[in-house]
Amino acid sequence: MGDTVTIGPVPRLELIEISKRYPGVVANDGVSLRVMPGEIHALLGENGAGKSTLMKIVYGVVHPDAGIVRWNGEPVAIGNPARARKLGIAMVFQHFSLFETLTVAENIALALPAARARRGLPARIREVSSQYGLPLEPGRYVHTMSVGERQRVEIVRCLLQSPQLLILDEPTSVLTPQAVQRLFETLRTLAGEGCSILYISHKLDEIRALCHRATVLRDGKVTGECDPRQESSSTLARMMIGTELPRPRHRAAHPTGAPLLRVRGLSRAADDPFGTSLVDIDLDVHGGEIVGIAGIAGNGQRELLAALSGESQATPADSVLLADEPIAHLDAAARRARGVAFVPEERLGHGAVPDMSLAENALLTTRRRLSRHGFIDASAAREYASATLREFAVKAQGPDAAASSLSGGNLQKFIVGREMRQSPKLLIAAQPTWGVDIGASAQVRQALLDLRDAGAAVLIVSEELDELFEIADRIAVMSHGRLSAAKPAQDTNAEEIGMLMSARLENVAHAA
Amino acid sequence: MRLVLEARPERSRIAAWLSPALAIIATIVLGFLLFSLLGRDPWQAMHVFFVKPLENRYGVGEWLLKASPLMLCGVGLAVGYRANVWNIGAEGQLTLGGIFAGGLALVFDQSAGWWLLPAMIVAGAIGGMLWAAIPAFLRTHFHANEVLTSLMLVYVATYLLSYLVHGPWRDPQGFNFPQSKMFADAALWPNLFAGTRLNRGFVVALACVASTWLFMSRSVAGFEMRVAGLAPAAARYAGISSARVVWIGMLVGGACAGIAGVNEVAGPLGQLQPSISPGYGFAAIIVAFVGRLHALGILLASLLMSLLYLGGEAAQVSLALPSSVTGLFQGTLLFFLLAADVLVHYRVRIAGRSQAPAALG
Repeated sequence: MGDTVTIGPVPRLELIEISKRYPGVVANDGVSLRVMPGEIHALLGENGAGKSTLMKIVYGVVHPDAGIVRWNGEPVAIGNPARARKLGIAMVFQHFSLFETLTVAENIALALPAARARRGLPARIREVSSQYGLPLEPGRYVHTMSVGERQRVEIVRCLLQSPQLLILDEPTSVLTPQAVQRLFETLRTLAGEGCSILYISHKLDEIRALCHRATVLRDGKVTGECDPRQESSSTLARMMIGTELPRPRHRAAHPTGAPLLRVRGLSRAADDPFGTSLVDIDLDVHGGEIVGIAGIAGNGQRELLAALSGESQATPADSVLLADEPIAHLDAAARRARGVAFVPEERLGHGAVPDMSLAENALLTTRRRLSRHGFIDASAAREYASATLREFAVKAQGPDAAASSLSGGNLQKFIVGREMRQSPKLLIAAQPTWGVDIGASAQVRQALLDLRDAGAAVLIVSEELDELFEIADRIAVMSHGRLSAAKPAQDTNAEEIGMLMSARLENVAHAA
Repeated sequence: MRLVLEARPERSRIAAWLSPALAIIATIVLGFLLFSLLGRDPWQAMHVFFVKPLENRYGVGEWLLKASPLMLCGVGLAVGYRANVWNIGAEGQLTLGGIFAGGLALVFDQSAGWWLLPAMIVAGAIGGMLWAAIPAFLRTHFHANEVLTSLMLVYVATYLLSYLVHGPWRDPQGFNFPQSKMFADAALWPNLFAGTRLNRGFVVALACVASTWLFMSRSVAGFEMRVAGLAPAAARYAGISSARVVWIGMLVGGACAGIAGVNEVAGPLGQLQPSISPGYGFAAIIVAFVGRLHALGILLASLLMSLLYLGGEAAQVSLALPSSVTGLFQGTLLFFLLAADVLVHYRVRIAGRSQAPAALG
């Protein structure tokens, strides 16, 4: 016990040998962690390393099976989030918990004790939000706000509780590079005032730029503790995944003459009142090149993907052309028959049916070729699934395993493999490495590059700029339902793309 | 000590089949309590309910005879239910099937040959499908909820039949009773075994059970139905038309229920009456769920439900219990089944005192 006795300042939060088991997995295995007052502490690890479970334990959402939590030196039992808030712990979740049909002030009032939710709240919101450089209009409705602004609401809601510890779970995945810098300034100000910050991320550069200490988790265990400012990205990566960061081989693109996919003046009103309408979209994707579409979530990417994959139809029919054939009016199956493959963002429930076997999931997009006279060729389907598992190094029990039994990365490899093995002319992939561990991400990216080199047109929609710069040959930006002209990746940079992400394109067009 | 429900990592296949068994046991236990409270000897009551109806050849015949419309309606409904198409109107579709087949039988009467029964099967299936097409059309064109429309059409169908047997189709020699003429022999199913009322309609029912099983498990269209039910977004992704799914779900349900109607009028009834089903179309909803929406399960569930009908009748006669005891058993069974289904996705763990970790520090 000698090394847990501290001399000098008392840690704000101390976790000692925390363990939490779920059926089938050990989420946390004897995890210890110490956060000092005013410290920005990184919790680093891949998806599934146990970061979120640990934070839910601190916030009282999950109860540990074993271990001790000390708060300002005192052992405490955090039975529920209300107790956590009372202690002074606040948390900004990865998926926001805001009501879209309520205003900012109403949303914040809901989280505060009744006495403080009365009059004067809008003034308090303005005061706190400007103090930390997070401008907010209390009377605005949440559904009119961008994702970055919604995150501001979440953070201001936490700050109004004057927390001693602020937990942020992957806060930058929805922000432009510029907004990330502003967020970091806010967090540094907060830390300077003595508030401790627990910063959860898998982005190494951010952690090196922001955090004072880092605790690294792998498979539910602590694999390292360090000062990230003293480490390089590759030493951090080694602690996080156990090996060097893999890099795909990127050769120059050899685009063919005429574009395979041509989008001309595609406009489509949103089906969903909170969706984004597509406005006059032009886009070319040639065979043998990867075009990347950047943008903050909710700017029309989902709608564009649906209109291109055939999950929704658009008029006129020739607003989307595949090898000069109008396809905008066709459904997804008809487009697939013409050589369009699609890897959606959501794996379970969209790209795969969770309760069905991998063989049946293979049928999802191959049922026309793997059937005879309207009846399924079950052995061909199993063979197709087995071959996909083999060729794309998917870890699964076999073609009869349920899709839900695979890890996110393995299921993604399976879906990408299933689509690629049909030798598509055009592959559309949304967030191909979202929530996928680093090793599987590298494999998926390599597979996309290989498909490109085989002459297919590849279109990737991603919120991760690093990913786009790594594999895309040209990059366009989606903002407010409009798409900028695609620029060669080597002629642009994160700064410029970031500007386009937050700008209204019509203004940019005028300025240019 | 307390019991904790814990989410399973994936749905349990064993629990999916065990939960109907658990529900049946719970229903029987409740039956024991109920009979005791009513002042009957529960052992004797159970004997009357579940054993006595099957003690002789005739009883077994009745058992299978009553199971056949239940399994027919059940497998038809299950095709839709697997795809989240909630057809509640099998009772009405059954009635239309009876009307169509009965109409044919009355038109051709004595002049028909061997072809009449197959023609009645086709006519009955078409009748059921037409009745099911109305909610399908309303759903695909106006987004009208098929639960409501199909249910309301049951009552329309009942009145239509009632009008026919009170009016145009009433037997002129029938002493003004609201029923049609007895059908000619060509319009009646021959019996399968002497000493029972079980007829060849039962074979037709079994064939339908086998066909729907083949359709759901082996055909591309059946696969599309299952995908649509399990993951609607994945169905859109795969290019499965949601309108087609609704049409198939409703029409298969309507056709099977219609054939059940044919079996009733060409079997035990032999004519059209103001009511041709004691609620088979509704009981089949329970049968479909107790049978896990799976053809083989539905076959077994229809046998259980049929026994409840017979037991209820026997209980009226020998125990002087009201006829609602049958409905009570059916309802209880569905209630316990839905409750037991929690175990498919959760398991029960006995926990000691939880939540103690930091308190001891």
